[in-house]
Amino acid sequence: MRAIYQREMKAYFNTMTGYIFMTIFLLLGGLFFTNTNLMGENAKVTSVLNNLQYILLIITPVLTMRLLAEERKAKTDQMLLTAPISVRAIIAGKFLSALSVFCITIVISFIYPIILTILGTPVWGEIITGYFGLLLFGGALISVGLFISSLTQSQVTAAIATLGAMLAILLIEMMIPQIGSEAVRSVLAKATLSYNIFYFQQGVISLTSIVYYISFIFLFLFLTGRMVERRRWAKG
Amino acid sequence: MVALIWPPAKRRAADLIEVHNISKTYGTHYAVKNATFSVGKGEIVGFLGRNGAGKTTTMNIITGYISSTAGSVSVGGYDILKNPIEAKRKIGYLPEHPPLYHEMTVEEYLTFGCKLKSVPKSKIKSTIEMAMEKTKINDVKGRLVGNLSKGYKQRVGLSGALCGSPEVLILDEPTVGLDPKQIIEIRNAIKTLGKEHTVILSSHILHEVADICEKVIIINKGEIVAQDMLENLTSKVGDKRRVMARLVCEKKAGQKLLNGIEAAEYVEFLGSKEPGTCDYVVESTNGDVRADIFHAAAQAGITLLALKSMAVTLEDIFIQLTSENEEVAV
Repeated sequence: MRAIYQREMKAYFNTMTGYIFMTIFLLLGGLFFTNTNLMGENAKVTSVLNNLQYILLIITPVLTMRLLAEERKAKTDQMLLTAPISVRAIIAGKFLSALSVFCITIVISFIYPIILTILGTPVWGEIITGYFGLLLFGGALISVGLFISSLTQSQVTAAIATLGAMLAILLIEMMIPQIGSEAVRSVLAKATLSYNIFYFQQGVISLTSIVYYISFIFLFLFLTGRMVERRRWAKG
Repeated sequence: MVALIWPPAKRRAADLIEVHNISKTYGTHYAVKNATFSVGKGEIVGFLGRNGAGKTTTMNIITGYISSTAGSVSVGGYDILKNPIEAKRKIGYLPEHPPLYHEMTVEEYLTFGCKLKSVPKSKIKSTIEMAMEKTKINDVKGRLVGNLSKGYKQRVGLSGALCGSPEVLILDEPTVGLDPKQIIEIRNAIKTLGKEHTVILSSHILHEVADICEKVIIINKGEIVAQDMLENLTSKVGDKRRVMARLVCEKKAGQKLLNGIEAAEYVEFLGSKEPGTCDYVVESTNGDVRADIFHAAAQAGITLLALKSMAVTLEDIFIQLTSENEEVAV
């Protein structure tokens, strides 16, 4: 797993993908921060984090499209699958590398609350839980992207399909208020990715949401593993 | 007495690779059908077959890249499906398209290969040095893999397969697409590797297999049609002696002369390569017919320009076996 992780990390920064992801995320984050907090003289970072969550929906494909699709296209998956490591380790290594790039990015974005501390008195508890929520949210999106990358050989297809999935995640959330049945509405609302990040942004560490995100991630990593295995057993 | 029966005898100097009755179906099509063979330690085995005969599929099954629909494969006593990690540790695989990461340098790539095969950190450097030495790629170790020529890429792939010092090397068409000089270099590298590793090599180039391998497995339409040591195969098909004779005479006269020889069982006119001469193939089952041809020609006053023994080649065996199989299939 470590070998895969290290290789992926190198690949992120040897090719442009890691930088592209970080640049877009931090540039837009910086814009929101300047607009809301500096120009608006507001000490709440959570609204910036809330916006970043939507940016993340759009740019996650940059991070995940290559992961498995490229291996198949370049036939390097033969090297990985015939090496003495398990499929689980391959997928874990790839997931963790994408998560690490995301982590590095949000650690850099910590500069916003630090600037705010110099200028005013932000609520640090809320900031830390907000960031923690964003990390879990990002992890969930990456697991979806990794799964979609296992479905195809083409990075472009993977990117577009991931973007589609991300938009679906966004739209479900918007459609929910239109549902007539109260019961369905409340269940669906609680099952969305963005509902579960809400509490973190209010400074609450919600155990339910932590379990929700972690289960979500494991479900998609499991599906990715099944997808890779399935191809080896293919009969058609 | 106790000393004689204890410890119990180990299994037969076990075959390193045992492939038992494997089949792989895609829909109703058999890519490999009931293939059974074994490869002993230290052997260099050639896997011979036309394009699409099932060579790559078989190799992919042995290495655990894909699974077989039926049957079992064990490597060094470990089943590839039940104990994949242990089995795969014994294998170095060079697929038809070397699995290379183009954005890495050769050295980085080999380091990655070693780490994948869990070579201890302290040994990685020496393993890489050894692998580069054996495949002669020392001079490009700092270059990006993507920028190398095809011959070098192939050798980088080969040294990648050598990482972790596997007991078995499985090489799928290692010389395809290389220029003649590179082919010779790769072949020599494989021959050297064959001294330390068990090698399974697939090819559709017959003389390549004849040149490198001791044992040959011939596969046609997914089925193994022959497997034996090279010399046994040759003698099986080639119990006949074939001689080429070039006579200075008319076509009919030569034919008549050669047909007159008692030991000559079959005479065939080959054509005329030099003006005024005719070439014939003479086959006989008992003994060398060359002396008879010489005497017969001398008696008839016909000049004998050339007399050459034509050994049965792997090509003859291959064509005979694969076409026999076709007849059966029809």
